[in-house]
Amino acid sequence: MRASNLIYDGTFDGFLTCVFNVYEYKLEDVAIQKETAVQNLLFSDSETIITDTNKADRVWIGLKTKLSKASSFKVYYAFLSEKEDIEVLLLDFIKYAFKSAVPIDKDYANPTVLKVSQISKMVGREKHRMEAFVRFKLTKDQIYFANIEPDFNVLPLISKHFKSRYADQKWIIYDLKRHYGLYYDLQKVEIINLNFSDDFDPTKTSAEYFSDEEFEFQKLWQHYFKSTNIESRKNMNLHIRHVPKRYWKYLSEKQPN
Amino acid sequence: MSFERTQEKLKILADAAKYDVSCSSSGSNRKNTNKGLGDATGMGICHSYTEDGRCVSLLKILLTNHCIFDCAYCVTRKSNDIKRAAFKVQEVVDLTMNFYRRNYIEGLFLSSGIFKSADYTMERLVGVAKKLRLEENFNGYIHLKSIPGASDELMREAGLYADRLSVNIEIPTKSGLKLLAPDKNHDDFIKPMVKVKNEIIQYKAEKKIIRSTPKYAPAGQSTQMIIGASGENDFQIMQTSNHFYKNYNLKRVYYSGYVPISYDSRLPQIGTEVPMLRENRLYQTDWLMRFYGFDVNEILNANHQHLDLDIDPKLSWALRNLHCFPVDVNKADKRMLARIPGLGMKSVSKIIYARRYRKLNWEHLKKIGVALNRARYFMICDSNDFERRDLTASQIKNFILQNSTSKYTKTLSNQLNLFG
Repeated sequence: MRASNLIYDGTFDGFLTCVFNVYEYKLEDVAIQKETAVQNLLFSDSETIITDTNKADRVWIGLKTKLSKASSFKVYYAFLSEKEDIEVLLLDFIKYAFKSAVPIDKDYANPTVLKVSQISKMVGREKHRMEAFVRFKLTKDQIYFANIEPDFNVLPLISKHFKSRYADQKWIIYDLKRHYGLYYDLQKVEIINLNFSDDFDPTKTSAEYFSDEEFEFQKLWQHYFKSTNIESRKNMNLHIRHVPKRYWKYLSEKQPN
Repeated sequence: MSFERTQEKLKILADAAKYDVSCSSSGSNRKNTNKGLGDATGMGICHSYTEDGRCVSLLKILLTNHCIFDCAYCVTRKSNDIKRAAFKVQEVVDLTMNFYRRNYIEGLFLSSGIFKSADYTMERLVGVAKKLRLEENFNGYIHLKSIPGASDELMREAGLYADRLSVNIEIPTKSGLKLLAPDKNHDDFIKPMVKVKNEIIQYKAEKKIIRSTPKYAPAGQSTQMIIGASGENDFQIMQTSNHFYKNYNLKRVYYSGYVPISYDSRLPQIGTEVPMLRENRLYQTDWLMRFYGFDVNEILNANHQHLDLDIDPKLSWALRNLHCFPVDVNKADKRMLARIPGLGMKSVSKIIYARRYRKLNWEHLKKIGVALNRARYFMICDSNDFERRDLTASQIKNFILQNSTSKYTKTLSNQLNLFG
């Protein structure tokens, strides 16, 4: 039997549709690729899979009967890591889950289970970091705006946290790497796409876009950050381990004055 | 709000508050209500870390650093010649709200020097919390300091608005307190702690009958002890700590290595190194007590009054109790697994799950994340390859130390030279 190369739209539903097809057509030796990152494989049939939410739902509901709710979410978390070949790893995991009579999510001595658990942990950690490191800046039109570049695609995971916390202010969290963001308009959270003008520098707070008091509060925060440090306990290794340098450019307290 | 004046005050009053090590923002269950601001459910969040590696979770400030007391260990003591300042209630409210809106903080940690009297001070602290809750509909985290000697009525009110209350015992023994803070009375520390404890017990009982009972300090109370200022040994410190956990249902006891701030001859002189390693070992012991099922007397007792600096307290306990080892990881119960050096509670739980599927060998354990360089002397698994030599405690210790690097190596060699 020839190997199959399934190409999908990059969404989680699309991926689950691929899984459905694997079972429906009893495919073996499967590769799954996002349409934005297709590489032609030798000796395999490429097929574009059209996302079908009914099929996706069937796989997802089936998976939830085989695993605890928390563990099926691990699959979603790991998927959002966007790691190379994550689809095939998750396919292996799902196959193992469906095949086994008992739930397999705690079988940490199985390499696939351990790997999925570790990757979902990494995504969970990035989610938590974004809940911590988002820094809102108040714009002239009274919207609290933040831009981020998370390692993984965690915007779908942090939406609920920010919605329940900042219920009385409009806010935008924009992922510059993946070119989309969340906008809360005091009622609901929507996905938005923005076109930034060429002179917009996301690491700076420009007086053109941001309110006057924004500068004052950033200054107060920077001073607070300095005052609360104990010089005689200085430990930069620990500091950098907790706040890795790649996150510094959007943290107002780490900006040079 | 005059930003310039606020900035000046913030500098003074944040600087004075930084020796309080608690920054926890976890353990509460306050939800966002009526589309207000903030939510304090779920785990705490560290929004940043200072260059000393400590978490910044709350806006930690004093309401004022004017103080009528003259405690030798304290930077805001009456006789210290420093700049004094005081926030207005509205200033603290504005700072908290605006920092919170920008996702800088999880909430407010408000402490204060004691001006006029305990009640006068406590009333002002409660006033800030009340305003945040009732006028600003703020549902973020609020940690208030219980002022020693404050009245029961005020402590009752404080718990209605705060998530956590804490009173810092600071000096682990009564004699130490007498020496360093002669105007302070040990009983004054205990009084608000008892009141808060009883209120929490009462709240829990009433909550069962009437669901709408207003919350009372849902994140409990905590305290802090200064380490290395008044000569107590580790045994005394952990006895005190254990006493507070057991009798006052504390959520946390914090240990704060003394940072020299004075030339007072009763205290370590300025320039003395902060005992960070010792502080770390005390926290490890605290964790062993609270999460690993150890009794404090197993780790520290009359015969063993000091924690080893070169190895962690669990390894030290294991070396003194070699007769309990080796443990079979495929059979042992949770309690014994937790006692194997090199196994944290996360690994313990993974092992317990994973061994239901198959017997575990070294390769599995390594992948799960067990620190085998320590653990391998104390356990057996599904493998014929295990430590067969009949090693003594000091041999094992030497093997482990040879094969590991400690982030404290530099500190250690200094301290060993001094005392060795």
